[in-house]
Amino acid sequence: MAQEIWWASTSFWRKSAIWVTGFSFVVLIFLTFDTVKQITAGSPRVPAYSVINNRIDYVFDAKRNFQVPVIGPEEPLFGKKLTEEEAEALVSHGKLTTQAKNCMDCHTLLGNGAYYAPDLTKAWLDPSWGSKEVREQSMVEFLMDPSDKLHNSIGRRMPKLGITEEEAKATVAFLKWMSSIDTNGFPANFKPIDQADAPAPATAEPAAEVGAAPVQ
Amino acid sequence: MSVLGILTSANLNGGQKLATKYFTVAIALFGAQVLFGLLAGIQYLNPDFLYGILDFSVNRMLHINAMVVWLLFGFIGSVYWLLEDESGAPVVGLGLGNLIFWVFTLAVVVVVLVFLLVQVGPGELKSIWLINEGREYIEAPRWADIGIVVCVLAFFFNVAATFAKGKFTGIGGVLVLDLIALAGLYLAGMWYTPNISMDQHWWWWVIHLWVEATWEVLVGCLMAYGLITTMGVRRRIVETWLYIEVALMFGSGILGLGHHYFWIGTPEYWFTIGGFFSALEPIPLVAMVVHAVFDAGHHKLKSTNHPALAWIIAQAFGNFFGAGVWGFMHTLPQINLYTHGTQWTASHGHLAFFGAYATMVIAFLYIALQKWRGGVYMSSNLAGAWKWKWAIFLLHAGLIAMVMGMLIAGYEQSQIERAIGGSDWVAYFAAQSHRWFMQGMFWRQIGGWVFASGFVLLAWDLMTIGKRETRPAVQNETAEAAA
Repeated sequence: MAQEIWWASTSFWRKSAIWVTGFSFVVLIFLTFDTVKQITAGSPRVPAYSVINNRIDYVFDAKRNFQVPVIGPEEPLFGKKLTEEEAEALVSHGKLTTQAKNCMDCHTLLGNGAYYAPDLTKAWLDPSWGSKEVREQSMVEFLMDPSDKLHNSIGRRMPKLGITEEEAKATVAFLKWMSSIDTNGFPANFKPIDQADAPAPATAEPAAEVGAAPVQ
Repeated sequence: MSVLGILTSANLNGGQKLATKYFTVAIALFGAQVLFGLLAGIQYLNPDFLYGILDFSVNRMLHINAMVVWLLFGFIGSVYWLLEDESGAPVVGLGLGNLIFWVFTLAVVVVVLVFLLVQVGPGELKSIWLINEGREYIEAPRWADIGIVVCVLAFFFNVAATFAKGKFTGIGGVLVLDLIALAGLYLAGMWYTPNISMDQHWWWWVIHLWVEATWEVLVGCLMAYGLITTMGVRRRIVETWLYIEVALMFGSGILGLGHHYFWIGTPEYWFTIGGFFSALEPIPLVAMVVHAVFDAGHHKLKSTNHPALAWIIAQAFGNFFGAGVWGFMHTLPQINLYTHGTQWTASHGHLAFFGAYATMVIAFLYIALQKWRGGVYMSSNLAGAWKWKWAIFLLHAGLIAMVMGMLIAGYEQSQIERAIGGSDWVAYFAAQSHRWFMQGMFWRQIGGWVFASGFVLLAWDLMTIGKRETRPAVQNETAEAAA
């Protein structure tokens, strides 16, 4: 070609590649600083680990137009209120258990993982646990030996992974904490387990809104 | 002068000898990927199959890790293959490169044995260091992570030092910069945090920025070299296209990372940024198709190496459909809310990984074998050509059956489990037991068997192609020295 057109020239595209890559990367770095700040535990989107001392629900928010986690009244896990440090240690033990037992190669967490078993993002809130009174104990027993428990009609069963009682409790803590993360409405249309307190005596005033009523 | 048709390393330069070692391990691991994929697929149809012995999680872990490692071995092999040709200098530090190959291979063997025999550990940090990190795709324990970084750094040294000693072509320059990013990004996945949002945030830096950015650029480099080698395409054209692809890939792919930040706790602005930039990600893949098809047409499909060219064309289309179309279909948050974490993702993953990456490595295997057998003839009317043709057909037919089976299952899941059922566990199993889901899984398994037969044929062909040929390779009409 006698005369090279600028937009077809090698040097134009080489410079473009460098500038576009550099610019995109710089933008990503700036966004990453902000994102990391917003997802640090203790922020509004990702609550502190001691949130496991409270009821956690998943309620429709009309303004954002999807369900969001709502932190309710105090409801300590396994009846024991923990400090922030104790809660972090427990959740961390649970998270390590989910990694060491390779949960993610059957389940999804926050929607990522494998698709052989259900998503665990809102496992703590799943209605399959029956009622909130038996939930904690049922989860621990299930995790310790799921092989003989009722699963589903298609015969898929979770294997027994040698999870100890301590690890099972820690895993439940991790799952409860994970259910408090603001996931922008994922999963959608989810109907959480009924966590309302037992009905008050007939003469009492209706309970004040704590934002924890199950969504209809 | 070499004897045509005889497989001997005397036909190869130093880098290429090392490349053939990487290729051999790569193809063995490809076989392992297929095997464990078949086992995991059977478990969808018969959940009691190997229950408690090789559970789904183990098969699935080995399936995806064998894939990552065989593709990495294939890429590393391909780069060693072209290194001396491109740079015009013998590989610097070849002894180190050879040593690292054995270290890397041994580490892979140990990791696989631990995955198979130990499988899981107690919920402690030592399990993550020694057994299994439990994070999808990068399950390799931490000691192996460190080993991988060391190996990749040694590989990077070989590549950068060789180009520095010889000459930096356009392909060489892009390759070196890309390898820096590839090695650096792996570090983002090498630390522990109890915070699952933070964990997933950095995990995607490795997974996305590898697979949807640096790996894509790497195969762009390989395609550039492949087109020059098989058809004698002019370097200026190939390298200009490479820069266009890099600009478009990094321009869309870096911020396209945001499409993984919709639902993991990350802020809402990622809806807009991730949705917009990931929707642009197919554009460079269109450019690659245009580039490959135009060049092939321009050269009237005359090629020194027909199987390699066929796989390069397969790569262009596979990348476009698998990564581009299948990715675009569910990348916007409005649909991704319902497809995220369903078989839809698995369908996309299979078509994209095979279409974009496996195809390119296979193309390089054929390029390598041609020279390994002394520059043997590999154009039309090649003896035993039915094998490579049937292999490419069976692999693609099996792949398409798998991908469509999973896509239909994914549609059904999005509708029954997510949109109607409300995403709880009852809804999940209602969708999993649905007839359409099970039919999808059944056809996926049939596709898996067809794919496996294609793999066997491919392996046989790789061992035998050119063996009975006595004609020399045809010469490229417009072959030219580096510009």
